[in-house]
Amino acid sequence: MSGDNAGIREFGFDTRAVHAGQRPDPYTGARAVPIFQTTSYVFEDPESAAAYFNLQEYGNTYSRIMNPTVATFEERIASLEGAVGGVAFASGLAAQAAALFTMLESGDHVVASSALYGGSVTQLKHVLRKLGVALTFVDPDRMEEWEGAIRPDTKLLFGETIGNPGGNVLDIEAVAALAHRHGMPLMVDNTFATPYLCRPIDWGADIVVHSATKFLGGHGTSIGGVVVEAGKFDWSNGRFPVVADPSPAYHGLAFHETFGMYGYLMKLRAESLRDLGGAMSPFNAFLFLLGVETLSLRMDRHVRNAVEVARFLSDHPGVERVRYAGLPDSPYAPLAAKYLPRGAGAVFAFDVHGGRRAGTTLIQSLDVWSHLANVGDAKSLIIHPASTTHRQLTDDELAAAGIGPGTIRLSVGIEDAGDLIWDLRRGLERVTAQTPEEVTA
Amino acid sequence: MIDSPARYQEPDTIRRLLTTASTVAIVGLSANVLRPSNFVGFYLQRHGYRVVPVNPREKEILGEVSYPSLSAIPFPVDIVDVFRAPDAVPGIAHEAVEIGAGALWLQFGVINPEGAVIAEAGGLDVVMDRCMKVEHARFLGRMHWLGFNTGRVTARRQSAV
Ligand SMILES: Cc1ncc(COP(=O)(O)O)c(C=O)c1O
Repeated sequence: MSGDNAGIREFGFDTRAVHAGQRPDPYTGARAVPIFQTTSYVFEDPESAAAYFNLQEYGNTYSRIMNPTVATFEERIASLEGAVGGVAFASGLAAQAAALFTMLESGDHVVASSALYGGSVTQLKHVLRKLGVALTFVDPDRMEEWEGAIRPDTKLLFGETIGNPGGNVLDIEAVAALAHRHGMPLMVDNTFATPYLCRPIDWGADIVVHSATKFLGGHGTSIGGVVVEAGKFDWSNGRFPVVADPSPAYHGLAFHETFGMYGYLMKLRAESLRDLGGAMSPFNAFLFLLGVETLSLRMDRHVRNAVEVARFLSDHPGVERVRYAGLPDSPYAPLAAKYLPRGAGAVFAFDVHGGRRAGTTLIQSLDVWSHLANVGDAKSLIIHPASTTHRQLTDDELAAAGIGPGTIRLSVGIEDAGDLIWDLRRGLERVTAQTPEEVTA
Repeated sequence: MIDSPARYQEPDTIRRLLTTASTVAIVGLSANVLRPSNFVGFYLQRHGYRVVPVNPREKEILGEVSYPSLSAIPFPVDIVDVFRAPDAVPGIAHEAVEIGAGALWLQFGVINPEGAVIAEAGGLDVVMDRCMKVEHARFLGRMHWLGFNTGRVTARRQSAV
């Protein structure tokens, strides 16, 4: 038997990052993952076609719903996260929307961390509300807020492993336990940590979502997202008829009963992905797979550089404060030690003295750091959230997300740390050299 | 630990059963095409197993004669696959031993250590709290085509399925 080793050995993270999900192509022997750039698949016979559409057999039908290159990426992330499977999407937000859409219905209520990515706040607040799902945002650091916000119709708790840009580390184990006590799942956006730094499922999370656009891809080439599930949540506990009951959108199939621990993911794929669209392109899946092969190497370097840059900034007189959970004086240091022992990621914020104007001056003075709206590139990135990513948020929402006028967010890349620091030092000197009139202008 | 299903989820045993068995009696096979047991029976037929329904309420399921009990089956059975409430397992295990079946396979959620011990004492292999369709799809089939985690790592070239 060739390669039938499932369950015989627990392969390490790096081995799985390179191999999981792929079998060398049986027809050609191709060692790289082939890009199956095809919309559709020829059926062997009408019976097979029917079996595929009925989900009685695992088969390829149409690339909006499944594709072998994308499936390799899905299985790889599922393996790295310790999940039973995954479904990939055209973007992180598409992944998140579909994950929510699959389990929620009008009349439900969600409790979410207020320290989410701005786009996620907007998605939850406006898109979900439009669909009749009510929402409460809570300070993720306060367990009593999570608990106090839960109502009889609450169906989901949602947070990020590492919040953006406040750097909050979620107490996943405690929030997961709270969710389970109330018969609902915990969904975690693990984009900033990646499964190399933290595996939320190990701490009780049920659904993990990613913007693959960031560190998983790692090279700033492609937009994509993925949802994985632990397969442990009991969707038949009476609170989730939308997952457990016979589905009118799938000729009466009861997904959780029929597919057990795979039921939620089957429904996510066969209904939500099929009906909402938003499929990942095979070419993007190929690029994400290339990125994931070097995930641990890159993350180690990202983290090491981030710590050096954060130390430099916290010692600099032009800097008001640095909010990086990887610094020993961070209020999140104990949670980071528990959930992120290999490092607290490479995205963090700091505040410059001199507010908005100082922030803009700094950003304009840099040669190595790129001013743009993304994180998780091999290149170092810098942005001023109040005027860009979080621009749609009201002042109160900004404050709740921990953003001030002088807040600058960094995504530390894998260049030479000395060059990154040299660049920031010069930029901060420019800020200090500004006249008071320039600063207040 | 005798009462843990993990003891009855050995990958080597599972793979050997899947590759050597040809006749699978499914106790509790439903005629309703939307039931999990029907999905499993259909899938196993597609992959070349002879599926033998054991269901006293039906005459024929998936094109095969349905028998009222394991003892009523007039030919040898390799695997007895069980879709019944856990408390029915000891009785089924006794019958499986009597007819000389090769293995007792208890589906997801069908957890009954007493029945497992009876079958083992009678010389049968036992698999517990595992789906035969999923395990086939994991080791031999195409579960990975839908992004499921098979747990497999292989650099070997396989024959096309
Ligand atoms: C933490 C986090 N989650 C989700 C997203 C959304 O991902 P995408 O841009 O791939 O839709 C982002 C994007 O910035 C993000 O930073």
